[in-house]
Amino acid sequence: MALSGLEIFKLLPKTNCGDCGVPTCMAFAMKLAQKKAELSECPHASEEAKATLGASSEPPIRLVKIGGDGARPLEIGNETVMFRHEKTFFHKPGIAIQLRTSEDEKELLSNIKEIENFKVMRVGEELKTDLFFISHDSEKMEDFLKLIKLIKQNSSKGIILDCQDEEALKGGLELLKLDRAAIFLRKELRDQDLDLARSFNTSLILTASSLEELARQAEKARQAKVNDLILNLESQNCGLKLQGNTILRRSALKKNFKPFGYPLFSFIQGQNEFEVLAKASVFLCKYDSVIALAQFDKAMLYTLFTLRQNIYTDPQKPIQVDPKLYPIGEPTPESPVFVTTNFSLTYFIVSGEIENSGISAHLVVTDTEGQSVCTAWAAGKFVGEKIAKFIKDIQLEQEIKTRKIVIPGFVAQLSGDLEEHLPGWKVIVGPQEASDIPSFVKNVKLT
Amino acid sequence: MSLEIPKEANIGKIQKVTLGATSEQGGTRSQTITIGGSTALPFLFFEGQHPHRPVIAMEVFDKIPGKYPETLMDYFGTVIDKPGEMAKKCVEQYGAEMISVRLEGTHPEKGNKSADEAARIVKQVLESVSVPLIITGHSYFEKINAVMKKVCEVAEGENCLINYVEKDNYKTIAAACIAYQHTLVAQTPIDVNLAKQLNILLSDMNFPPEKIVMDPLTGTLGYGLEYTYSIMERIRNDGLAGDKMLAFPMLVNPGYESSRVKEARVPEQEYPEWGKKELRCAYWEISTAMSLVVAGAELLIMHHPKAVETVKKKLVEMFDLRKGESPWPYRD
Repeated sequence: MALSGLEIFKLLPKTNCGDCGVPTCMAFAMKLAQKKAELSECPHASEEAKATLGASSEPPIRLVKIGGDGARPLEIGNETVMFRHEKTFFHKPGIAIQLRTSEDEKELLSNIKEIENFKVMRVGEELKTDLFFISHDSEKMEDFLKLIKLIKQNSSKGIILDCQDEEALKGGLELLKLDRAAIFLRKELRDQDLDLARSFNTSLILTASSLEELARQAEKARQAKVNDLILNLESQNCGLKLQGNTILRRSALKKNFKPFGYPLFSFIQGQNEFEVLAKASVFLCKYDSVIALAQFDKAMLYTLFTLRQNIYTDPQKPIQVDPKLYPIGEPTPESPVFVTTNFSLTYFIVSGEIENSGISAHLVVTDTEGQSVCTAWAAGKFVGEKIAKFIKDIQLEQEIKTRKIVIPGFVAQLSGDLEEHLPGWKVIVGPQEASDIPSFVKNVKLT
Repeated sequence: MSLEIPKEANIGKIQKVTLGATSEQGGTRSQTITIGGSTALPFLFFEGQHPHRPVIAMEVFDKIPGKYPETLMDYFGTVIDKPGEMAKKCVEQYGAEMISVRLEGTHPEKGNKSADEAARIVKQVLESVSVPLIITGHSYFEKINAVMKKVCEVAEGENCLINYVEKDNYKTIAAACIAYQHTLVAQTPIDVNLAKQLNILLSDMNFPPEKIVMDPLTGTLGYGLEYTYSIMERIRNDGLAGDKMLAFPMLVNPGYESSRVKEARVPEQEYPEWGKKELRCAYWEISTAMSLVVAGAELLIMHHPKAVETVKKKLVEMFDLRKGESPWPYRD
């Protein structure tokens, strides 16, 4: 049974010491009730509180961290809904790239550097890979240790260890003491794996080809007090994995079935890159928290980054583009000027349609905190005074000679207001729908 | 350890819609295609019926699309201006299960082709391939109403999928669909309530429910995909929960929308971090298509042959789970 915030508060020390990171016990109780905090964050919790709250204070899907020596660790899990529209998906899945110890050292070094330096900007966000997935497939233990050192020297990304050689694995973990590595278990969980996880504070990626088997292994780890788990339901067929992942997530969220209350994982290999991408896309939408790929393929990663960004944006908070002047085509100081808001969808559609019309133009994107045209107008964020101030701030008048500006048709009413604040400019009311821009530019003189 | 598989009990069922018509049914198609009929969320075979696999159509044009990517020109350059031949190539070489004839050239600002000319092109494609057709128009109502009326007439009895009507122009085209036995796409701009409203309007004019396909409007990857994705999940959830006015199969346009964006066209030299253009062009469409089938799409109009091959292969594999061994009980 879930306890209310008030019920939880009664069990807390009520000292408001703030040691949990929240200023008051009441606020901490509220966070516990919303499953956004864990009782273990309160160092003064009584045994009674622990016993009573135990199960009910744990979030239904545990937050697991990978990486961290000096860098921010990847945080995965702690999801609360089945569908993003119900609230949001909180923790973006980590994308891991496989490196194999059988590869040539020089090659490995250049790969590590290339992966480390690979960054893509999209809608104001820097997108990159999160983890290295090290597979020990050579004979020698020192190859494994060398690769770990090489990564540590050249990158701050977290590491997943895929290693069947016990000695090598131990050696690797010694090197990664402070790094919160994850151990990928290809085979059934053994007692020595649990010992390693405990002594090196690592998470374990459990692998099984059936739900029953996965539940059994997770329960075994839980009983041994190893709680940083990641679940890998192995399947060649992406339909099977999709169903399995759905059952895992549902069991955790709806049935509070503890053995499945962990983030999910896939390692996708294969010769055909198109199929790898197809699978990765499905698993990204349906509940994987770490996706490991055997290849470093920029086009594929850019595609997956974009999908991840789309699926993991907060549906209640519009994504924004940077408010600034955007050139469409190759505008000259005499090209037409359009203005719109910085709601990303608005920007994409308007810039796309101006581009479609075949003309070059200047697109002024003002800061409306990501609201669309009508909403921003109603909220007073897309009005004459603010637009005029923005145009002055970006020094548009110094940069271009055009003195006509096209506003969206839905806010025709602000044309007088804008002209008043922008002396010397003439306002032209554009079409209501962006799709009418191509015909509009043909029929109206814009400069 | 005993494991309970948590199942949702849905009371709704997605409407079955059959496209195309064979000679017994008054058309000339070699076979018909049926979509819909599911009683659970996409691919959840363990909790409901999924009698029909999502279907992939490819697209031909009455005018070369303005931003048609070079990568696709490599596949279709010799036939892009010959819709009949291009349709044949799509079906025979690339495995298209339906063909969409996009009549963008009838738009007054994009060629202003006449209704008769459009009808001639549709006829030509009907003759060159035997799969069911989708006739795809645009939003210049005054013109498209006349074009679609004419097309419906010349393709009488073929049960084409007339793509699309909106809230402000549904009457003329819907009436033509009834008169000449075609199926209709109801398109609304990424909104559950508007989608429902248009379906109600169609039902109010006694438009048969087994002749409606919904288009929630496709935002491609990076350009509004998340809106389309979530609206589709909401529509499907509501449909399965028993809302009959939202329980129609859904059509999406990963091809047209993905091949228009910058990512399909810009060379690697310009954006080195975006990777190879040829791959990117297919990847963008694959990722859009796969995420939308997961959200509930049952009919996909696609462009890139590699994307078609990949997505179709994955869909077949996933649907193969209905037969054979599965670790979880499923019903069919």
